[in-house]
Amino acid sequence: MSATTSQTYLEAIRQGMWDEMAQDERVFLLGQDVGTYGGAFRVTAGFLDHFGPKRVIDTPISESGMVGAAIGAAMLGLRPIVEMQFIDFISCAYNQIINFAATCRYRWGQNVPIVVRGPSGGNIHGSAFHSQNPESYFQHTPGLKIVAPSSAIDAKGLIRAAIRDPNPVLFFEHKYLYRRIKEEVPEGDWIVPIGKARLARTGRDLSIVTYGAMLHVALDAAARLEAEGIEIEVLDLRTIKPFDQDAILASARKTHRVLVLTEEQTTGSVAGEVAARVGELAFAWLDAPVSRFCCPDTPVPFSPTMEEFYLPNAEKLVAKVRDLLRY
Amino acid sequence: MSVTGKSFGSLHPESPKVERLAETKLPRERQLDLYRLLRLTRMVEGRLGNLYRQGKVVGGLYTSLGQEATAVGSAYALEAGDFIGPLIRNLGSMLVRGVQPREVMMQYMARGLSPTGGKDGNTHFGDLARGIVAPISMLGSVIPVMAGVALAAKMQGRPLVALTYIGDGGTSTGDFHEGLNLAAVLDVPFVLIAENNGYAYSTPTARQMKIKHIVARAAAYGIPGEMVDGNDILAVYEVTKKAVERARAGGGPTLIEAKTFRMKGHAEHDDAGYVPPHLFEEWRKKDPIDRFERHLLGLGLATPEDLQKIVAEIDRGLDAEVDFALASPMPPPERALEGVYEPDPAEGLGTILPDAPPVNGLREQNGGAAR
Repeated sequence: MSATTSQTYLEAIRQGMWDEMAQDERVFLLGQDVGTYGGAFRVTAGFLDHFGPKRVIDTPISESGMVGAAIGAAMLGLRPIVEMQFIDFISCAYNQIINFAATCRYRWGQNVPIVVRGPSGGNIHGSAFHSQNPESYFQHTPGLKIVAPSSAIDAKGLIRAAIRDPNPVLFFEHKYLYRRIKEEVPEGDWIVPIGKARLARTGRDLSIVTYGAMLHVALDAAARLEAEGIEIEVLDLRTIKPFDQDAILASARKTHRVLVLTEEQTTGSVAGEVAARVGELAFAWLDAPVSRFCCPDTPVPFSPTMEEFYLPNAEKLVAKVRDLLRY
Repeated sequence: MSVTGKSFGSLHPESPKVERLAETKLPRERQLDLYRLLRLTRMVEGRLGNLYRQGKVVGGLYTSLGQEATAVGSAYALEAGDFIGPLIRNLGSMLVRGVQPREVMMQYMARGLSPTGGKDGNTHFGDLARGIVAPISMLGSVIPVMAGVALAAKMQGRPLVALTYIGDGGTSTGDFHEGLNLAAVLDVPFVLIAENNGYAYSTPTARQMKIKHIVARAAAYGIPGEMVDGNDILAVYEVTKKAVERARAGGGPTLIEAKTFRMKGHAEHDDAGYVPPHLFEEWRKKDPIDRFERHLLGLGLATPEDLQKIVAEIDRGLDAEVDFALASPMPPPERALEGVYEPDPAEGLGTILPDAPPVNGLREQNGGAAR
């Protein structure tokens, strides 16, 4: 694993899928415009030429049909990857995901190893239907796993783990990170395990628990506060379901203050569940209320002025942290 | 002539008329086997009705009285390696695939030895070894799934066919369209049987669609459509056989509309008071079992004694099945928490990359990703 390649977040996802398809003929892609066009964000560019039309399938506009077909193909031993052109459209496949894919193992013992992936998140002025973070709709559903990487290395390692996982995995990429992050990504056959958080920064004064693009907001805020001698710990969940409860509680016991930062609307969020878990299981260690910093309870607004107002950023986060430290 | 001696279904013992069912090359033995499965379906549902009235069934009971020939005849046209996605009124197709009556009885009674271990009820269970994919209650949803089974078969070069069902009501769903369109565009070995049984719960077909025949929809997908008398088991068998053979030979999907009638309410609790009585009268004369018996007897393929013997054997077998199911235990409550996820294989999913150590200033390292 000594050799590395400089790759963007997007290239790392592409590489991970490519490597899995190259070494496992059961893996195939289906989605809208994933073949000839290479995907709306070009994540699957080159796949059709290399792997052929049997394994790279352009489908009609039919999110429910795509996921349903993936479920059936998985039952026959294949490992389908379904691309949502924007993850917002996953709502059109909601029934297939939560009622079909998520319940088969429990009801009749049949596991459904599918990956549903696509670009999520805002800050690209995509408005209400090209900016969503729909993870909480699915976080509620037993039987699913949900992954949301924040780095190129994790993106590559987690997409490979997702494809190999024997359960349905939703893989939420953050489109803001696609080409803004570039890292030295190790070559070779390795994974990042689903269910494990990563300590992105150590600190003693307060823990920020986060994932996806917000990880970088948290690190930015932590760097600003460092100058004042405030040491923020940042935990990158990487997997939203099942999230790494042990890592969260360990950090809470260490810093005694927890702020959960996510890009979802606040009510009914993943952040709410993380906060509840900390409140129930680490209450005695806490010096301040567990807090959430998410987006307001509105659809994602379009105009840049409003979207900037809507999304958490480092400046707003620093203010939140100061509030909690003063508690 | 009294074939059954029990009220397993309406018979017309006085009728001397030879029933003209569809032409078939099925030999006598297989026709009798088909008769056995058709009878078995009605008799299993009859036993389930008894259990329901005894308060042994947990939840509702959904039967296929009057339309059994559609499920049995179509499933009978499949080969061993093929797959079905049966709906709630397709018990007959599951029995054709080798499902044992006790499995269904234990499902309906929520017993611990049922195929789902008590985690789901009625006919909602599957078994890939027998080529059965369990549906979900949301109608239409199994259509794209079975299209995916067919897609996988095509990709793997396996000569199998995927067949599933939909009711007249279910054809109104989005998944009907998405699934059938996908199957058509991808040209996969798929057969969809649309059972037009007159009612979706209380809603008549005329309130479900403006077209008179569901089969008209086949043209919209550019696939062959067939319309068949769903109460003529030989016709159902033959038309399905043709579609299955075409699919297996690479000819793509077929939509088959089977005209039949639901002779009861949506479920056992439903008296179907919304169905005009004359419709029941009319369709009772077209009962698929009566018609098949008239065919077998009239053409001399079986004697009344032959049929009586088949029915008596089924009846004896079902006594044992009911006894077994009734004696089987309820599931342990704690089982409710088990089996949500498939565990990772013992050897793991691969080499785990050690995490990069925590760093301050990841932002600088990765070129400024923060907002």
